[in-house]
Amino acid sequence: MCLAVPGKVLDIHDDRGTRMATVDFGGVRKEICLAYVPEVEVGDYTIVHVGFAISRLDEASALETLQMFRDLGVDLDEEMTDQSPDGSTGTAP
Amino acid sequence: MRYLDEFRDPELAARLFADIARATTREWAIMEVCGGQTHAIIRNGIDQLLPPAIELIHGPGCPVCVTPLAVIDKALAIAGMPDVVFCSFGDMLRVPGSEHDLFQVRSHGGDVRVVYSPLDAVRIAEDNPGKQVVFFAIGFETTAPANAMAVFQARQRGLTNFSLLVSHVLVPPAMEAIMSSSNGSSNGSRTSRVDGFLAAGHVCSVMGSWQYEPLVERYGVPIVVTGFEPLDVLEGIRRVVIQLEAGTATLENAYPRVVQAAGNIPAQAMINDVFEVCDRTWRGIGEIAGSGWRLNERYRAFDAEERFDVAAIDSPESTRCRSGEVLQGLITPHECEAFGRECTPRTPLGATMVSSEGACAAYYQYRRLDATGVELRGRGG
Ligand code: SF4
Repeated sequence: MCLAVPGKVLDIHDDRGTRMATVDFGGVRKEICLAYVPEVEVGDYTIVHVGFAISRLDEASALETLQMFRDLGVDLDEEMTDQSPDGSTGTAP
Repeated sequence: MRYLDEFRDPELAARLFADIARATTREWAIMEVCGGQTHAIIRNGIDQLLPPAIELIHGPGCPVCVTPLAVIDKALAIAGMPDVVFCSFGDMLRVPGSEHDLFQVRSHGGDVRVVYSPLDAVRIAEDNPGKQVVFFAIGFETTAPANAMAVFQARQRGLTNFSLLVSHVLVPPAMEAIMSSSNGSSNGSRTSRVDGFLAAGHVCSVMGSWQYEPLVERYGVPIVVTGFEPLDVLEGIRRVVIQLEAGTATLENAYPRVVQAAGNIPAQAMINDVFEVCDRTWRGIGEIAGSGWRLNERYRAFDAEERFDVAAIDSPESTRCRSGEVLQGLITPHECEAFGRECTPRTPLGATMVSSEGACAAYYQYRRLDATGVELRGRGG
Protein backbone atom coordinates (compact mmCIF):
# COMPACT_ATOMS: atom_id res chain seq x y z
CA MET A 1 0.00 0.00 0.00
CA CYS A 2 2.87 2.34 0.62
CA LEU A 3 4.25 2.47 -2.87
CA ALA A 4 4.91 6.05 -3.91
CA VAL A 5 5.20 6.37 -7.66
CA PRO A 6 6.31 9.34 -9.76
CA GLY A 7 3.95 10.58 -12.43
CA LYS A 8 3.54 13.49 -14.85
CA VAL A 9 0.81 16.08 -14.35
CA LEU A 10 -1.27 16.29 -17.55
CA ASP A 11 -3.97 18.75 -16.52
CA ILE A 12 -5.15 20.49 -13.38
CA HIS A 13 -8.74 21.06 -12.36
CA ASP A 14 -10.80 22.05 -9.36
CA ASP A 15 -13.14 19.65 -7.57
CA ARG A 16 -15.29 21.61 -5.11
CA GLY A 17 -12.36 23.64 -3.87
CA THR A 18 -9.73 20.87 -3.95
CA ARG A 19 -6.93 21.07 -6.52
CA MET A 20 -6.95 17.83 -8.52
CA ALA A 21 -4.98 16.63 -11.54
CA THR A 22 -4.86 13.90 -14.13
CA VAL A 23 -1.48 12.24 -13.65
CA ASP A 24 0.19 9.84 -16.04
CA PHE A 25 2.22 6.97 -14.58
CA GLY A 26 4.02 5.54 -17.56
CA GLY A 27 0.76 4.98 -19.42
CA VAL A 28 -1.68 4.53 -16.52
CA ARG A 29 -3.75 7.68 -15.81
CA LYS A 30 -5.30 8.51 -12.46
CA GLU A 31 -7.07 11.43 -10.84
CA ILE A 32 -4.72 12.69 -8.13
CA CYS A 33 -5.11 15.27 -5.35
CA LEU A 34 -2.64 18.17 -5.60
CA ALA A 35 -3.71 19.92 -2.38
CA TYR A 36 -0.32 19.34 -0.77
CA VAL A 37 1.87 20.46 -3.66
CA PRO A 38 0.63 23.95 -4.56
CA GLU A 39 3.84 24.59 -6.50
CA VAL A 40 3.25 21.76 -8.98
CA GLU A 41 2.13 22.82 -12.47
CA VAL A 42 1.07 21.03 -15.65
CA GLY A 43 4.07 19.16 -17.10
CA ASP A 44 5.77 18.70 -13.70
CA TYR A 45 6.58 15.35 -12.17
CA THR A 46 5.40 14.50 -8.68
CA ILE A 47 5.62 11.57 -6.26
CA VAL A 48 2.18 10.12 -5.64
CA HIS A 49 1.06 7.99 -2.72
CA VAL A 50 -2.51 6.61 -2.36
CA GLY A 51 -3.91 9.23 -4.71
CA PHE A 52 -2.04 12.22 -3.28
CA ALA A 53 0.94 14.08 -4.64
CA ILE A 54 3.36 14.48 -1.75
CA SER A 55 6.47 15.94 -3.37
CA ARG A 56 7.72 17.49 -6.59
CA LEU A 57 10.38 15.57 -8.49
CA ASP A 58 12.64 16.49 -11.38
CA GLU A 59 11.98 14.73 -14.66
CA ALA A 60 15.21 12.71 -14.83
CA SER A 61 14.70 11.20 -11.36
CA ALA A 62 11.07 10.50 -12.14
CA LEU A 63 11.82 8.63 -15.35
CA GLU A 64 14.59 6.65 -13.67
CA THR A 65 12.25 5.60 -10.87
CA LEU A 66 9.49 4.56 -13.25
CA GLN A 67 11.99 2.48 -15.18
CA MET A 68 13.10 0.87 -11.92
CA PHE A 69 9.54 -0.16 -11.10
CA ARG A 70 9.30 -1.74 -14.54
CA ASP A 71 12.60 -3.53 -14.02
CA LEU A 72 11.38 -4.80 -10.68
CA GLY A 73 8.31 -6.15 -12.39
CA VAL A 74 5.90 -3.93 -10.44
CA ASP A 75 2.61 -3.88 -12.33
CA LEU A 76 1.82 -0.16 -12.24
CA ASP A 77 -1.65 -0.73 -13.60
CA GLU A 78 -2.46 -3.11 -10.78
CA GLU A 79 -0.78 -0.90 -8.22
CA MET A 80 -2.79 2.08 -9.33
CA THR A 81 -6.11 0.33 -9.09
CA ASP A 82 -5.00 -1.64 -6.05
CA GLN A 83 -7.25 -4.50 -7.04
CA SER A 84 -4.97 -7.32 -6.04
CA PRO A 85 -6.73 -9.12 -3.20
CA ASP A 86 -3.48 -10.42 -1.80
CA GLY A 87 -1.73 -7.07 -2.10
CA SER A 88 1.07 -8.59 -4.07
CA THR A 89 2.96 -5.37 -4.75
CA GLY A 90 4.05 -2.52 -2.60
CA THR A 91 6.82 -0.67 -0.89
CA ALA A 92 6.61 0.94 2.48
CA PRO A 93 6.48 4.35 4.07
CA MET B 1 29.02 -10.58 -7.38
CA ARG B 2 26.26 -12.42 -9.16
CA TYR B 3 23.45 -9.99 -8.49
CA LEU B 4 25.24 -6.83 -9.52
CA ASP B 5 23.84 -6.90 -13.02
CA GLU B 6 20.38 -6.52 -11.54
CA PHE B 7 21.13 -3.00 -10.35
CA ARG B 8 19.98 -0.18 -12.60
CA ASP B 9 23.59 1.00 -12.81
CA PRO B 10 25.77 -2.04 -12.06
CA GLU B 11 28.98 0.02 -12.25
CA LEU B 12 27.78 2.51 -9.67
CA ALA B 13 26.55 -0.36 -7.50
CA ALA B 14 29.95 -2.04 -7.72
CA ARG B 15 31.66 1.21 -6.74
CA LEU B 16 29.35 1.69 -3.75
CA PHE B 17 29.93 -1.88 -2.55
CA ALA B 18 33.69 -1.42 -2.94
CA ASP B 19 33.57 1.88 -1.00
CA ILE B 20 31.64 0.25 1.80
CA ALA B 21 34.02 -2.73 1.92
CA ARG B 22 37.05 -0.43 2.02
CA ALA B 23 35.58 1.71 4.79
CA THR B 24 34.52 -1.18 7.02
CA THR B 25 36.99 -2.16 9.73
CA ARG B 26 34.67 -3.68 12.33
CA GLU B 27 31.19 -5.04 12.90
CA TRP B 28 28.20 -2.74 12.53
CA ALA B 29 24.47 -3.34 12.75
CA ILE B 30 22.35 -1.03 10.62
CA MET B 31 18.56 -1.00 10.75
CA GLU B 32 16.47 -0.06 7.74
CA VAL B 33 13.21 1.11 9.24
CA CYS B 34 11.09 0.85 6.15
CA GLY B 35 9.59 -2.32 4.70
CA GLY B 36 10.08 -1.01 1.17
CA GLN B 37 13.79 -0.81 1.84
CA THR B 38 13.74 -4.31 3.35
CA HIS B 39 12.17 -5.53 0.15
CA ALA B 40 14.83 -3.85 -2.02
CA ILE B 41 17.61 -5.26 0.17
CA ILE B 42 16.37 -8.85 0.09
CA ARG B 43 15.38 -8.78 -3.54
CA ASN B 44 18.72 -7.46 -4.75
CA GLY B 45 20.74 -9.48 -2.27
CA ILE B 46 22.31 -6.29 -0.90
CA ASP B 47 22.80 -7.94 2.50
CA GLN B 48 24.70 -10.79 0.86
CA LEU B 49 26.93 -8.51 -1.20
CA LEU B 50 27.96 -6.36 1.76
CA PRO B 51 31.03 -7.20 3.85
CA PRO B 52 30.06 -9.88 6.41
CA ALA B 53 30.89 -7.42 9.20
CA ILE B 54 27.84 -5.38 8.25
CA GLU B 55 24.56 -6.74 9.49
CA LEU B 56 21.30 -5.31 8.22
CA ILE B 57 18.48 -5.48 10.75
CA HIS B 58 14.97 -5.22 9.37
CA GLY B 59 12.79 -2.72 11.21
CA PRO B 60 9.08 -2.38 11.91
CA GLY B 61 8.27 -0.15 8.92
CA CYS B 62 5.34 -2.03 7.46
CA PRO B 63 2.00 -0.49 8.44
CA VAL B 64 0.07 -3.60 7.45
CA CYS B 65 2.32 -5.73 9.66
CA VAL B 66 2.07 -3.61 12.80
CA THR B 67 -1.69 -3.05 12.78
CA PRO B 68 -2.76 -4.85 15.96
CA LEU B 69 -4.91 -7.95 15.89
CA ALA B 70 -7.61 -6.17 17.92
CA VAL B 71 -7.93 -3.51 15.20
CA ILE B 72 -8.19 -6.19 12.49
CA ASP B 73 -10.91 -7.85 14.55
CA LYS B 74 -12.73 -4.51 14.85
CA ALA B 75 -12.49 -4.13 11.07
CA LEU B 76 -13.91 -7.62 10.61
CA ALA B 77 -16.76 -6.92 13.03
CA ILE B 78 -17.71 -3.69 11.26
CA ALA B 79 -17.31 -5.12 7.75
CA GLY B 80 -19.70 -7.93 8.60
CA MET B 81 -22.49 -5.57 9.69
CA PRO B 82 -25.51 -5.00 7.42
CA ASP B 83 -25.63 -1.80 5.33
CA VAL B 84 -21.92 -1.19 5.77
CA VAL B 85 -19.50 -0.67 2.89
CA PHE B 86 -16.02 -1.36 4.24
CA CYS B 87 -13.24 0.22 2.16
CA SER B 88 -9.58 -0.68 2.50
CA PHE B 89 -6.25 -0.73 0.75
CA GLY B 90 -5.81 -4.12 -0.92
CA ASP B 91 -3.01 -5.33 1.38
CA MET B 92 -5.30 -5.53 4.40
CA LEU B 93 -7.72 -8.05 2.94
CA ARG B 94 -5.66 -11.14 3.70
CA VAL B 95 -4.28 -10.07 7.06
CA PRO B 96 -5.48 -12.71 9.47
CA GLY B 97 -7.72 -11.65 12.33
CA SER B 98 -8.43 -13.93 15.27
CA GLU B 99 -10.78 -16.07 13.22
CA HIS B 100 -10.89 -14.92 9.62
CA ASP B 101 -9.88 -12.09 7.27
CA LEU B 102 -11.63 -9.35 5.27
CA PHE B 103 -11.46 -11.50 2.16
CA GLN B 104 -13.58 -14.12 3.90
CA VAL B 105 -16.02 -11.49 5.14
CA ARG B 106 -16.44 -10.51 1.51
CA SER B 107 -16.97 -14.05 0.32
CA HIS B 108 -19.67 -14.40 2.98
CA GLY B 109 -21.56 -11.47 1.51
CA GLY B 110 -19.92 -8.52 3.27
CA ASP B 111 -19.52 -5.39 1.14
CA VAL B 112 -15.73 -5.05 1.34
CA ARG B 113 -14.17 -2.86 -1.34
CA VAL B 114 -10.56 -2.25 -2.26
CA VAL B 115 -9.84 1.39 -3.03
CA TYR B 116 -6.74 3.09 -4.38
CA SER B 117 -7.24 6.37 -2.53
CA PRO B 118 -9.16 7.30 0.64
CA LEU B 119 -10.98 9.87 -1.51
CA ASP B 120 -12.53 6.96 -3.43
CA ALA B 121 -14.18 5.95 -0.16
CA VAL B 122 -15.57 9.47 0.30
CA ARG B 123 -17.06 9.25 -3.19
CA ILE B 124 -18.64 5.89 -2.37
CA ALA B 125 -20.22 7.49 0.71
CA GLU B 126 -21.66 10.32 -1.41
CA ASP B 127 -23.03 7.84 -3.94
CA ASN B 128 -24.57 5.58 -1.27
CA PRO B 129 -26.42 7.78 1.23
CA GLY B 130 -28.30 4.76 2.55
CA LYS B 131 -25.10 2.94 3.56
CA GLN B 132 -22.48 3.52 6.22
CA VAL B 133 -19.11 3.74 4.49
CA VAL B 134 -16.04 2.99 6.60
CA PHE B 135 -12.47 3.50 5.49
CA PHE B 136 -9.67 1.51 7.14
CA ALA B 137 -7.18 4.31 7.80
CA ILE B 138 -3.88 2.61 8.47
CA GLY B 139 -0.41 3.74 7.62
CA PHE B 140 2.63 5.73 8.61
CA GLU B 141 3.11 9.47 8.27
CA THR B 142 3.21 9.15 4.46
CA THR B 143 -0.41 8.02 4.29
CA ALA B 144 -1.77 10.36 6.97
CA PRO B 145 -2.25 13.43 4.73
CA ALA B 146 -4.46 11.36 2.41
CA ASN B 147 -6.54 9.92 5.22
CA ALA B 148 -6.81 13.34 6.88
CA MET B 149 -8.07 14.89 3.64
CA ALA B 150 -10.74 12.19 3.34
CA VAL B 151 -12.27 12.98 6.72
CA PHE B 152 -11.80 16.74 6.16
CA GLN B 153 -13.80 16.52 2.93
CA ALA B 154 -16.44 14.30 4.52
CA ARG B 155 -16.96 16.88 7.26
CA GLN B 156 -16.95 19.76 4.80
CA ARG B 157 -19.59 18.03 2.69
CA GLY B 158 -21.73 17.19 5.68
CA LEU B 159 -21.51 13.43 5.18
CA THR B 160 -23.00 11.57 8.11
CA ASN B 161 -22.45 8.13 6.59
CA PHE B 162 -18.65 8.21 6.44
CA SER B 163 -16.17 7.22 9.13
CA LEU B 164 -12.58 6.09 9.60
CA LEU B 165 -11.24 3.10 11.49
CA VAL B 166 -7.92 4.68 12.42
CA SER B 167 -4.72 2.82 13.24
CA HIS B 168 -2.05 5.33 12.33
CA VAL B 169 1.52 4.76 13.51
CA LEU B 170 4.52 7.07 13.77
CA VAL B 171 8.11 6.20 12.95
CA PRO B 172 10.25 8.28 15.37
CA PRO B 173 8.65 6.89 18.57
CA ALA B 174 9.16 3.35 17.23
CA MET B 175 12.83 4.07 16.59
CA GLU B 176 13.07 5.52 20.06
CA ALA B 177 11.50 2.35 21.46
CA ILE B 178 14.02 0.22 19.60
CA MET B 179 16.95 2.32 20.84
CA SER B 180 15.81 2.23 24.43
CA SER B 181 14.86 -1.45 24.48
CA SER B 182 16.98 -3.77 26.53
CA ASN B 183 17.16 -6.42 23.83
CA GLY B 184 20.50 -7.34 22.33
CA SER B 185 23.99 -6.59 23.47
CA SER B 186 25.11 -3.45 25.20
CA ASN B 187 26.86 -0.85 23.11
CA GLY B 188 28.22 2.14 25.00
CA SER B 189 25.48 4.07 26.73
CA ARG B 190 22.88 2.42 24.54
CA THR B 191 21.21 -0.89 25.16
CA SER B 192 20.04 -1.55 21.60
CA ARG B 193 22.31 -3.35 19.21
CA VAL B 194 21.42 -0.98 16.37
CA ASP B 195 24.44 1.19 15.50
CA GLY B 196 22.85 3.29 12.78
CA PHE B 197 19.59 3.81 10.92
CA LEU B 198 18.35 4.29 7.40
CA ALA B 199 15.28 6.53 7.77
CA ALA B 200 12.38 6.14 5.36
CA GLY B 201 12.45 8.79 2.66
CA HIS B 202 8.74 9.13 1.99
CA VAL B 203 7.87 9.51 5.67
CA CYS B 204 10.42 12.32 5.72
CA SER B 205 9.01 13.91 2.57
CA VAL B 206 5.85 14.55 4.57
CA MET B 207 7.18 15.18 8.09
CA GLY B 208 10.65 16.53 7.30
CA SER B 209 13.97 15.11 8.36
CA TRP B 210 14.29 17.39 11.41
CA GLN B 211 12.17 14.91 13.40
CA TYR B 212 15.20 12.64 13.73
CA GLU B 213 17.60 15.19 15.22
CA PRO B 214 16.59 14.35 18.82
CA LEU B 215 17.26 10.65 18.22
CA VAL B 216 20.69 11.37 16.79
CA GLU B 217 21.52 13.50 19.80
CA ARG B 218 20.04 11.31 22.49
CA TYR B 219 21.47 8.00 21.31
CA GLY B 220 24.50 9.09 19.32
CA VAL B 221 23.39 7.10 16.27
CA PRO B 222 23.91 8.21 12.69
CA ILE B 223 20.62 8.44 10.79
CA VAL B 224 20.61 8.75 7.02
CA VAL B 225 17.38 9.59 5.19
CA THR B 226 17.27 7.15 2.31
CA GLY B 227 15.14 6.36 -0.73
CA PHE B 228 13.84 3.00 -1.91
CA GLU B 229 15.70 2.13 -5.03
CA PRO B 230 18.48 -0.40 -4.45
CA LEU B 231 21.11 2.24 -5.25
CA ASP B 232 19.51 4.68 -2.79
CA VAL B 233 19.64 2.02 -0.09
CA LEU B 234 23.26 1.26 -0.88
CA GLU B 235 24.21 4.93 -0.76
CA GLY B 236 22.43 5.22 2.59
CA ILE B 237 24.40 2.26 3.97
CA ARG B 238 27.64 3.75 2.66
CA ARG B 239 26.99 7.02 4.46
CA VAL B 240 26.07 5.30 7.74
CA VAL B 241 29.21 3.15 7.61
CA ILE B 242 31.44 6.15 6.92
CA GLN B 243 29.96 7.95 9.91
CA LEU B 244 30.26 4.92 12.17
CA GLU B 245 33.89 4.37 11.21
CA ALA B 246 34.66 8.05 11.79
CA GLY B 247 32.90 7.96 15.15
CA THR B 248 30.42 10.68 14.18
CA ALA B 249 26.66 10.70 14.54
CA THR B 250 24.74 13.18 12.45
CA LEU B 251 21.53 13.33 10.47
CA GLU B 252 22.17 13.18 6.73
CA ASN B 253 19.76 13.46 3.85
CA ALA B 254 20.73 11.08 1.05
CA TYR B 255 17.37 11.57 -0.70
CA PRO B 256 17.34 15.32 -1.39
CA ARG B 257 15.52 14.89 -4.69
CA VAL B 258 12.38 14.15 -2.66
CA VAL B 259 12.99 15.15 0.97
CA GLN B 260 13.31 18.65 2.37
CA ALA B 261 14.31 19.33 5.97
CA ALA B 262 10.99 20.96 6.78
CA GLY B 263 8.88 18.36 4.99
CA ASN B 264 5.56 19.11 3.34
CA ILE B 265 4.04 22.03 5.26
CA PRO B 266 0.50 21.95 3.78
CA ALA B 267 0.30 18.21 4.50
CA GLN B 268 1.46 18.72 8.08
CA ALA B 269 -1.15 21.47 8.53
CA MET B 270 -3.92 19.08 7.43
CA ILE B 271 -2.62 16.33 9.72
CA ASN B 272 -2.59 18.74 12.66
CA ASP B 273 -6.11 19.85 11.85
CA VAL B 274 -7.50 16.30 11.95
CA PHE B 275 -5.31 14.11 14.15
CA GLU B 276 -3.81 14.15 17.63
CA VAL B 277 -1.00 12.04 19.05
CA CYS B 278 -2.03 8.96 21.06
CA ASP B 279 -0.45 5.83 22.48
CA ARG B 280 -0.64 2.95 20.04
CA THR B 281 -0.19 -0.80 20.26
CA TRP B 282 2.01 -2.33 17.53
CA ARG B 283 1.22 -5.89 16.55
CA GLY B 284 3.74 -8.23 18.09
CA ILE B 285 5.62 -5.40 19.79
CA GLY B 286 3.17 -3.93 22.27
CA GLU B 287 2.22 -0.42 23.26
CA ILE B 288 4.57 2.44 22.40
CA ALA B 289 3.80 5.77 24.06
CA GLY B 290 2.90 8.59 21.69
CA SER B 291 3.40 6.39 18.64
CA GLY B 292 0.11 6.94 16.85
CA TRP B 293 -2.46 9.39 15.63
CA ARG B 294 -6.19 9.31 16.23
CA LEU B 295 -8.95 11.69 15.19
CA ASN B 296 -9.00 14.75 17.42
CA GLU B 297 -12.02 16.09 19.30
CA ARG B 298 -13.38 18.00 16.30
CA TYR B 299 -13.43 14.90 14.12
CA ARG B 300 -14.30 12.32 16.78
CA ALA B 301 -17.79 11.95 15.28
CA PHE B 302 -16.10 10.29 12.30
CA ASP B 303 -14.44 7.61 14.42
CA ALA B 304 -15.77 4.21 13.35
CA GLU B 305 -14.84 2.62 16.69
CA GLU B 306 -17.38 4.83 18.43
CA ARG B 307 -19.99 4.81 15.69
CA PHE B 308 -20.11 1.01 15.61
CA ASP B 309 -19.37 0.43 19.26
CA VAL B 310 -16.40 -1.89 18.71
CA ALA B 311 -13.93 -0.05 20.95
CA ALA B 312 -14.11 -2.81 23.54
CA ILE B 313 -12.87 -5.57 21.22
CA ASP B 314 -9.53 -6.77 22.50
CA SER B 315 -7.80 -9.83 21.07
CA PRO B 316 -4.89 -11.82 22.43
CA GLU B 317 -2.14 -12.35 19.87
CA SER B 318 -1.18 -15.78 18.60
CA THR B 319 1.75 -17.40 20.32
CA ARG B 320 2.79 -19.28 17.15
CA CYS B 321 3.71 -16.23 15.14
CA ARG B 322 6.99 -14.55 16.03
CA SER B 323 6.41 -11.45 13.91
CA GLY B 324 6.99 -9.21 16.91
CA GLU B 325 10.57 -10.45 17.13
CA VAL B 326 10.95 -10.17 13.35
CA LEU B 327 9.66 -6.59 13.43
CA GLN B 328 12.16 -5.61 16.08
CA GLY B 329 15.03 -7.22 14.22
CA LEU B 330 15.56 -9.82 16.96
CA ILE B 331 15.19 -12.81 14.63
CA THR B 332 15.14 -13.24 10.86
CA PRO B 333 12.04 -14.87 9.38
CA HIS B 334 13.98 -18.11 8.82
CA GLU B 335 14.34 -18.54 12.53
CA CYS B 336 10.58 -18.83 12.92
CA GLU B 337 9.59 -22.49 12.98
CA ALA B 338 6.46 -21.87 10.95
CA PHE B 339 8.25 -20.03 8.12
CA GLY B 340 7.54 -21.66 4.77
CA ARG B 341 5.81 -24.56 6.49
CA GLU B 342 2.47 -23.69 8.12
CA CYS B 343 3.07 -20.05 7.30
CA THR B 344 3.20 -18.96 3.64
CA PRO B 345 1.72 -15.95 1.80
CA ARG B 346 -1.31 -18.13 0.94
CA THR B 347 -1.77 -19.34 4.51
CA PRO B 348 -0.24 -16.54 6.57
CA LEU B 349 -0.07 -16.86 10.33
CA GLY B 350 1.11 -13.29 10.73
CA ALA B 351 0.82 -10.01 8.90
CA THR B 352 4.54 -9.93 8.12
CA MET B 353 3.85 -12.83 5.73
CA VAL B 354 0.90 -11.06 4.05
CA SER B 355 2.21 -7.68 3.05
CA SER B 356 5.00 -7.59 0.50
CA GLU B 357 6.51 -4.94 2.77
CA GLY B 358 6.72 -7.54 5.50
CA ALA B 359 10.07 -9.18 6.13
CA CYS B 360 8.60 -12.70 6.20
CA ALA B 361 7.03 -12.19 2.78
CA ALA B 362 10.26 -10.76 1.35
CA TYR B 363 12.23 -13.74 2.65
CA TYR B 364 9.58 -16.11 1.36
CA GLN B 365 9.66 -14.54 -2.08
CA TYR B 366 13.43 -14.32 -2.46
CA ARG B 367 15.06 -16.49 0.22
CA ARG B 368 12.70 -19.38 0.73
CA LEU B 369 15.34 -21.83 -0.38
CA ASP B 370 17.90 -20.77 2.24
CA ALA B 371 15.84 -22.43 4.90
CA THR B 372 16.05 -25.77 3.17
CA GLY B 373 19.72 -25.44 2.27
CA VAL B 374 19.14 -25.36 -1.48
CA GLU B 375 21.31 -22.96 -3.42
CA LEU B 376 20.23 -19.33 -3.54
CA ARG B 377 18.76 -17.69 -6.54
CA GLY B 378 18.64 -13.95 -7.18
CA ARG B 379 15.09 -13.85 -8.39
CA GLY B 380 12.62 -15.61 -6.19
CA GLY B 381 9.36 -16.70 -7.41
S1 SF4 C 1 7.01 -16.78 9.30
FE1 SF4 C 1 4.80 -16.52 9.66
S2 SF4 C 1 4.48 -17.26 11.76
FE2 SF4 C 1 6.69 -16.89 11.53
S3 SF4 C 1 6.99 -14.77 12.23
FE3 SF4 C 1 6.69 -14.68 10.01
S4 SF4 C 1 4.46 -14.29 9.79
FE4 SF4 C 1 4.78 -15.03 11.89
